[in-house]
Amino acid sequence: MSNQGIGASVLRKEDKRFISGRGHYTDDFSVPGMAWAAFVRSPHAHAKIVSIDTTAAASMPGVIKILTGADWAADKLGGMPCGFVPDADRQNAPPRPALVADKVRFVGDLVAMVIAATSDQAEDAAEEVIVDYEVLTANADPARASTAPLLHDEAPENLVKDWHLGDRDATDAALAGAAHVVELDIINNRKAPNAIEPRASLGIFDPVREAYTLYTTSQNPHITRLLLAAFVMGIPETKVRIVSPDVGGGFGSKIPFYPEEALVAWAARKAAVPVKWAARRTESFLSDTHGRDHVTHVKLGLDADGKFLALKVDTIANLGAYLSTFGMLSATYLYATLLSGQYVIPSISCRVKGVLTNTCPIDAERGAGRPEAAFVVERIVETAARDLGIDGIDLRRRNFIKPAQFPYQTPVALQYDIGDYEAILDDAMKAADVSGFAARKADSEKRGMMRGLGFSAYIEACGLAPSNVAGAIGAGIGLFESAEMRFDPTGSVSVYTGSHAQGQGHETTFAQIVSDKLGVALDNIEIIHGDTDRVQWGHGTYGSRSLAVGGSAIAVCCERAIEMGKKVAAHLMEASEGDIKFADGKFTVSGTDKAKTLAEVVMASFIPHNFPHSEMDPGLDQRSYYDPKNFTFPAGCHICELEVDPTTGNVDIVAWTAVDDFGNIVNPMIVDGQIHGGVVHGVGQALLEEAIYDEHGHMVTASYNDYAMPRADLMPDIKLGFTNTPCPHNPLGVKGCGEAGAIAAPAAVINALTDAIGVRSIDMPATPAKVWAALREGAPAQAAE
Amino acid sequence: MTTVRMSVNGKEASGDIEDRTLLVRFIRENLRLTGTHVGCDTSQCGACVIHVNGKAVKSCTILAVQANGADIVTIEGLAQDGNLHPVQAAFRENHGLQCGFCTPGMIMAAVDMIERHGAKLDEGTIRSELEGNLCRCTGYHNIVKAIKAAAHEMAGAA
Repeated sequence: MSNQGIGASVLRKEDKRFISGRGHYTDDFSVPGMAWAAFVRSPHAHAKIVSIDTTAAASMPGVIKILTGADWAADKLGGMPCGFVPDADRQNAPPRPALVADKVRFVGDLVAMVIAATSDQAEDAAEEVIVDYEVLTANADPARASTAPLLHDEAPENLVKDWHLGDRDATDAALAGAAHVVELDIINNRKAPNAIEPRASLGIFDPVREAYTLYTTSQNPHITRLLLAAFVMGIPETKVRIVSPDVGGGFGSKIPFYPEEALVAWAARKAAVPVKWAARRTESFLSDTHGRDHVTHVKLGLDADGKFLALKVDTIANLGAYLSTFGMLSATYLYATLLSGQYVIPSISCRVKGVLTNTCPIDAERGAGRPEAAFVVERIVETAARDLGIDGIDLRRRNFIKPAQFPYQTPVALQYDIGDYEAILDDAMKAADVSGFAARKADSEKRGMMRGLGFSAYIEACGLAPSNVAGAIGAGIGLFESAEMRFDPTGSVSVYTGSHAQGQGHETTFAQIVSDKLGVALDNIEIIHGDTDRVQWGHGTYGSRSLAVGGSAIAVCCERAIEMGKKVAAHLMEASEGDIKFADGKFTVSGTDKAKTLAEVVMASFIPHNFPHSEMDPGLDQRSYYDPKNFTFPAGCHICELEVDPTTGNVDIVAWTAVDDFGNIVNPMIVDGQIHGGVVHGVGQALLEEAIYDEHGHMVTASYNDYAMPRADLMPDIKLGFTNTPCPHNPLGVKGCGEAGAIAAPAAVINALTDAIGVRSIDMPATPAKVWAALREGAPAQAAE
Repeated sequence: MTTVRMSVNGKEASGDIEDRTLLVRFIRENLRLTGTHVGCDTSQCGACVIHVNGKAVKSCTILAVQANGADIVTIEGLAQDGNLHPVQAAFRENHGLQCGFCTPGMIMAAVDMIERHGAKLDEGTIRSELEGNLCRCTGYHNIVKAIKAAAHEMAGAA
């Protein structure tokens, strides 16, 4: 069985349906009598709704029902809940209506919903809904939010929270006494997540049970159920079933509970027909939560020997027009707690002003706060090295947390459990042939090209999250994960997990854990997820948490099933329970040749003719809830080598090396794929991608014609390496790998690019136009004090 | 309404449709072949690629009436007699997919690419010809690897 267990590159079970066109994504489901919804969205970034006239639309062919904010208010339904405000301080947290009745606050805000027999008819009629707006001045720029027209009365100066972490006084004192202080202004560009499957929902209402079924594109169906039932509808959760079948990518954008999901469910009741909505791509750009959008000033203080003394970070974080489901989480605790990077920095102070603007709400996007932190740390470290004339590698080595210092308590709340950052750096440098770079650079110069090398020694906190920590910082949920394991009489196993894949391959990796622990063949293991009527409870998949938390819950079930099986085996083989051993799928009696396979033991437990019922129940079924003891801390070093054509400003990535520490690895093939995807995500942010709003709050990059997505020719193959230190506090020793590439890559690219063209800084995305301009203007020198 | 008839995966298919119906919608909604996906509305993403008279076509770029009488193959019709097409097999063997949403379009585009270039299909050509297919999960590396492996396999088999 070892070729199917932990550590094997098993081909994915789920692929069989995906490669043959037999996946089941939300939009693939249709039910008899189903109607379609189309939304009337605000074309203005900020405007009062004077009136809505649906008369003409209502007489269009096929129209069944038109709903507006007035209908929503008349039904006394709740607003869209926000599950996280830092430190549970809701003073300036504005509400979000599902359908807007009074004032729209971003282009794409929902004004009306048309339900018609076909999607074309619904879209045609939506065009005929006449909305009279009184247009107000809009603002999309987070840096100008405090003086811009007010979005919500609840948030004076458009401020949700002026938040702080760390020791401000100690940091200021350390900076005042530092031999060198290096400063940098950083813009972390707004991204659109762009899962290739657009969001979709299908709502069905059963008037007899007064119950809803909602098929929807969600990374966390149970959270969606909780929010829809308890916060919006005010009905028991038993009256709501959420089914998220195959999900075509998420990257954070399918975490939030969206107004469209609530509206489709509600409309199924109001219109008395099942209602489906599938987003057009432009709707995705306008309304899928965006990521990043920080404006930051950072100061790093160093002593005369280049030792870090203090880091001070001031960030304005754009939250968009409303607080999304996880509101300010990405901009606060998932960001500031990572500002120590891989380094000993005695004092850190981080202030984040979370502000509202007339833009799409911001929430988690692959990495969620951690890419922003890694970019700040690795850009200021590299900039300090260059300003002070110290080799960047050497400066990092001087300041790394050393293996003997673990567990290491940072000044920003986290306690890193384990790592060996210098070993990672050594391995990465070897793999990238850093010693041969000078020769390669000389060769580029001969061809009139400019070559650069950039490092990014990142860290992240994954395995979200210990529930007590989540509670202490203001989250409205715990963050354990659940698993249920059911055995059939013949020994096949079904595992119900609260994690929910959107491409991560859980049906394979989770089955590998079970196969490894119980010796059951992969074909006899089914992983079941994504349906609240089948799965007991789950917090879902994001934050690279599924293997470390959801996988650990499954491992605990396996251990408990073995313990229970030992009781049955002891009874069957007339031995003492203490003498029973389990290995390779067999229970044996120590010192004898007696043995029973797991399947035999399960079968016997299902036929309890001669069974001590007072001591045990039939079957070996288990349920467990794993609450992590700490976060996990994947870390790594990515090295980008690129060439710039000075005549065009075009950037060509010529080599990429990634050496990562993910702890134990269950399926190396899948982990490689996660790094590939993550890196390209991060390179996309660095060179191509930006969700741009103009001065009127109109999004000018709302289609694939305008938003530059990474394509297959963006970069060459990635050289991968692993320097793993197993996580000491979860049963699998795993850390998580889904976001690493997106966290590491942007700083590696910009460090390489600034190295190549000899400027101190350049904003992302570093498009050819920006690079070309930087080459001609040079960058204003910002020398160290 | 107009009646269209075409051969889809070797079977006769017909339907009465509005003239403006896109081919992809006819395939998904009328024929209920949901393996062909829609990922955008500007003919950029390639999730809807199918074969029309043997050529890879984005089925969101043409009307169903334009395909009247055509020979259509979708992802559901690629495997023959229960045997995966070499490109399908190569995508699985090389981990060329994660969420699977872009995969049908990728595979249909790759089959056409291999048929046009044969064994001499190299990495640069693959990367450049995939410009009409977006993937957000894989970073494309394993897709490129899968197409190369399939081209090799199909050349050997020919």
